[in-house]
Amino acid sequence: MEKLIEQFSLGLFFWQLILFIALVLLLQKFAWKPILNSVNEREKGIKNALDEAENARKEMQNLNADNERILKEARAQRDTLLKEAREMKEGIISEAKNEAQVQAAKIVEQAQATIEAEKQAAITDLKNQVAELSVGIAEKVVRGELADKNKQTKLVEELLKEVTIS
Amino acid sequence: MHRINLVKILSLLLLTVTISVNAQHDASTKAHEETTPQEKDLKTEIKEYIAHHLLDSYDFTLFSWTTDAGEHKYFSAPLPVIIYDGGLKIFSSSKFHHGETVAEVDGNYYKLYHNKIYKTDAEGTISYDEEHHPTNAKPLDFSITKNVVFIIIVAVLMFFMFTRMAKSYKGNLMPKGMGRMLEPIILYIRDDIAIPNIGEKKYKKYMGYLLTVFFFVWIINLLGLTPLGVNVTNNIAVTLALALITYFLTTFTANKNYWKHIFWMPDVPVLMKIILAPIELLGTFIKPFALMIRLYANITAGHIVLMSIIGLMFVFKSWIGSPLSFGLAFALALLELLVAALQAYIFTMLSALYFGMAVEEHDDH
Repeated sequence: MEKLIEQFSLGLFFWQLILFIALVLLLQKFAWKPILNSVNEREKGIKNALDEAENARKEMQNLNADNERILKEARAQRDTLLKEAREMKEGIISEAKNEAQVQAAKIVEQAQATIEAEKQAAITDLKNQVAELSVGIAEKVVRGELADKNKQTKLVEELLKEVTIS
Repeated sequence: MHRINLVKILSLLLLTVTISVNAQHDASTKAHEETTPQEKDLKTEIKEYIAHHLLDSYDFTLFSWTTDAGEHKYFSAPLPVIIYDGGLKIFSSSKFHHGETVAEVDGNYYKLYHNKIYKTDAEGTISYDEEHHPTNAKPLDFSITKNVVFIIIVAVLMFFMFTRMAKSYKGNLMPKGMGRMLEPIILYIRDDIAIPNIGEKKYKKYMGYLLTVFFFVWIINLLGLTPLGVNVTNNIAVTLALALITYFLTTFTANKNYWKHIFWMPDVPVLMKIILAPIELLGTFIKPFALMIRLYANITAGHIVLMSIIGLMFVFKSWIGSPLSFGLAFALALLELLVAALQAYIFTMLSALYFGMAVEEHDDH
């Protein structure tokens, strides 16, 4: 211990104290502060970048989910639209079919009516003509028959017979 | 990585070789000079050499030798001596001639004795008391000694290293060059020393000191392992200065809670409070004192053991001695490399711990 005190050099102590404090102050100003600031800044930058990446990832996920949802909705809409269109088409077709049937039926009916009328007319006409012809023929026959007296009597007889029978 | 490793190993080898060459030089010259019982002289010689190495010096000597004519030669550079003795006196340490002559400055005479400057007369007489301590006056000494030179070198080196690193961050947020190696260390000190011990909120104001003290102690410890013969952190004055800064930072940034826990410990009986107060108060001094002694003792011990093992080489004097002590010295140098970083880490860690105690909030009490 005595030797230690004897060895102690005030000058060295003085210089060490002065130089070291000066060194601390100088380095603090010109080295440690800028270095630590830069390092802090860099660490902050890295942290921010990581956070941003995480956020972007989350946003991306959200966007994807949104996209999925929108797609789903669109698909559903398309399906309903298609369904509606199909229904409408079917409606129109069936309506048209019905109308056509009705119309067709009407036409057929009219045609039948016309045919009936024509037929009746034709029948009436035929009857008239047949009657005229019969009368004409009967006239001619009677005329021939009545030329001979015998034959006249015979005819009268026959006619009378017929009358009595009936 | 491999290249760096290679450089490290090479410099370590160089270190051990140089130290041993230095020691051999001295030992052999001494042995040549004196023909008295060699074994004992050699041991005291080694002991003295180690003791001398551990001391600060007024010049920067790489090695010294003695010529055949008995003249001491030094390969060294003188450093400025600054003393205050009735006025500031500045002169070159070459005037001392490594303690061999008396330096005359402005009519006053000074002499180096056991690496201290004493005021003497023109003949350089030094009078002693009964315990063989010099009684001559000691002027106030603020000399730029070898250790001060290395403190300045490390300070300048650190300043340029870290301002350069700070500049490399401009424009881009990634470190460049040396910053790539230094940034993980800085981040380690921040994330594993400062924040866990001091707390997220308050660590920032201590970062400057913690970072500086860590790199300063580390670099200067490493320099102590080079063959330059530097030994800054094994001076109690240096570690005292560092520990004092920790102490003052702790004391002056402490909050109410800290003082309350020292002088009036909550949740204990009144009698205990009275007993605890002086103990706790003493504790605040003991903590930095332990810091001071720990760093000083570890580095000093490392130097002593390393140099003793190298000194064994000259004691053994057999073919097995030199390789053995070389191998041991090499292994120990590797260990010292770890100790250099470890002591810097421990000093920083404990400082952070004390700061953390000073600013701790005791909401849970």
